[in-house]
Amino acid sequence: MSIFTIIMIILIAFLAGMGGILDEFQFHQPLVACTLIGMVSGQLEAGVILGGSLQMIALGWANIGAAVAPDAALASVASAIILVQSGMGVEGIGSSIAVAIPLAVAGLFLTMLARTLAVPMVHMMDKAAENAEFGKIQLWQVLAICMQGLRIAIPAAALLFIPAEIVQNFLQSMPAWLTDGMSIGGGMVVAVGYAMVINMMATREVWPFFAIGFCIAAISELTLMAIGAIGVAFALIYLQLYDRGAAANAGGVGNGNSGDPLGDILDDYE
Amino acid sequence: MAEKVRLDKKERMQVAWRSTFLQGSWNYERMQNGGFCYAMIPAIKALYKNKEDQVAALKRHLEFFNTHPYMASPIIGVTLALEEDRAHGSNVDDQTINGVKVGMMGPLAGVGDPVFWFTLRPMLGALGASLAMSGNVLGPIIFFLAWNIIRWAFMWYTQEFGYKAGMKITDDLSGGLLQKVTKGASILGMFVLGSLVERWVTINFKPVVSTVQLQDGAFIDWDALIQDKYGIREALIQQGQGLSLTPEKVTTLQDNLNSLIPGLVPLLLTLFCMWLLKKNVSPIVIIIGLFIVGILGHLIGLL
Repeated sequence: MSIFTIIMIILIAFLAGMGGILDEFQFHQPLVACTLIGMVSGQLEAGVILGGSLQMIALGWANIGAAVAPDAALASVASAIILVQSGMGVEGIGSSIAVAIPLAVAGLFLTMLARTLAVPMVHMMDKAAENAEFGKIQLWQVLAICMQGLRIAIPAAALLFIPAEIVQNFLQSMPAWLTDGMSIGGGMVVAVGYAMVINMMATREVWPFFAIGFCIAAISELTLMAIGAIGVAFALIYLQLYDRGAAANAGGVGNGNSGDPLGDILDDYE
Repeated sequence: MAEKVRLDKKERMQVAWRSTFLQGSWNYERMQNGGFCYAMIPAIKALYKNKEDQVAALKRHLEFFNTHPYMASPIIGVTLALEEDRAHGSNVDDQTINGVKVGMMGPLAGVGDPVFWFTLRPMLGALGASLAMSGNVLGPIIFFLAWNIIRWAFMWYTQEFGYKAGMKITDDLSGGLLQKVTKGASILGMFVLGSLVERWVTINFKPVVSTVQLQDGAFIDWDALIQDKYGIREALIQQGQGLSLTPEKVTTLQDNLNSLIPGLVPLLLTLFCMWLLKKNVSPIVIIIGLFIVGILGHLIGLL
């Protein structure tokens, strides 16, 4: 691996680390991070496929409330580095994902550490504010972001300096039952992300739409685009009917029983 | 207090750009406070010329703040309008400004999470990932571009909206529109999630339930075929007519389950995960558990 590639990978890892906290540009999402690392190391196709597979697992990972999701940034960067180091191309994707998941969990501790270290940094901002030192406040903000970048860049650099043969031998020494079992597990783990999201969104009112989506997906001719379009249509239709029901109720005689059965049903759901 | 300072578009643009780094100094003590203050600096510099006012403004925006990172934009917009009023000498005190910030951050976060994290990102992510898994570079490109265009447009226009609406925004948002957006997003989200569960959660049960000997004429009689290309053609024609390739019909457990509803097992697994999460089992424990189940299940020949 050339010096240029190494520098580029560390840079991407830095961006992914920043992305992981900012959650703006999405450099930390597997789809983006794995593709970029694949690109700079000349293994674009393997990177893209790895990114896609890992993205499917990480779709619902979001830190909401008490549930803390695994760290997508470290998982993407580490698995992509392991994949390009092993030189196994597309074949190595299963095993690099298997290595990525435990790392994603380990990444949580780094996240907690960084967020704790940010506390003294904002205290420095408080001090700077006393004297209206704009530059210092900005400096601390930038330093805090850089610290988040290093959170991923340092582990990435460490992984890069493990010789390729060791990575290769390690991956190849993994027995078939383990890698096969891991990829079977990977097919199921996807459910956890979805479950997290469903738990946040589900109400009695929207469950029927889940059922419709589930049944419609069995028609394999429908692409995701088509499914999305049907979903948008359903949402619009529902909102319109809902409005109509509400309007009819407001103008109707007596409260509730307005002679508009649909409106009444919709109201009862609330 | 003669000259009336207004924030021009360039300054508002600077604030919007800086708000991209809102979560950069996210900390356990006051969360997004550093980022909020950082974003406000161009406005503070433009509005307040003497040091005391600047110090007060900086301190004011280092107070606790936390919301959805994109939903901070309309709040920043309103805050800009309030700061402008204050700089003009009107009676806007610290409590008002902080009250508006704190009052808006909760409800708005409640909208941002379902719309961005639970609907838009899973949808764009699944779209990009399904392309990417076949090695198509368009997958990541579409995901990245679409996300950032939507995000930036949202952040800029809602900040402008907040700035122009000033205080009125809270009334507007507490009305029907906000509820509608949330409801529409959760309908779309649940619909897409239903299809994602069917399509992408995969479990295959290996065990064979039954092996039935088929009648003569229901399977291809390979011995009767000529051993050349015409024989192959004949075999393919027969297969196309619905004849079985083997003399036995093998039914796995998976076939049985699929004939009930395709994707029934993935659905049950998802519901089980939801139940575990509700019981406060950490998602990480569930993930590791599923990997162990996958390995053990494979070893005993179940999966």
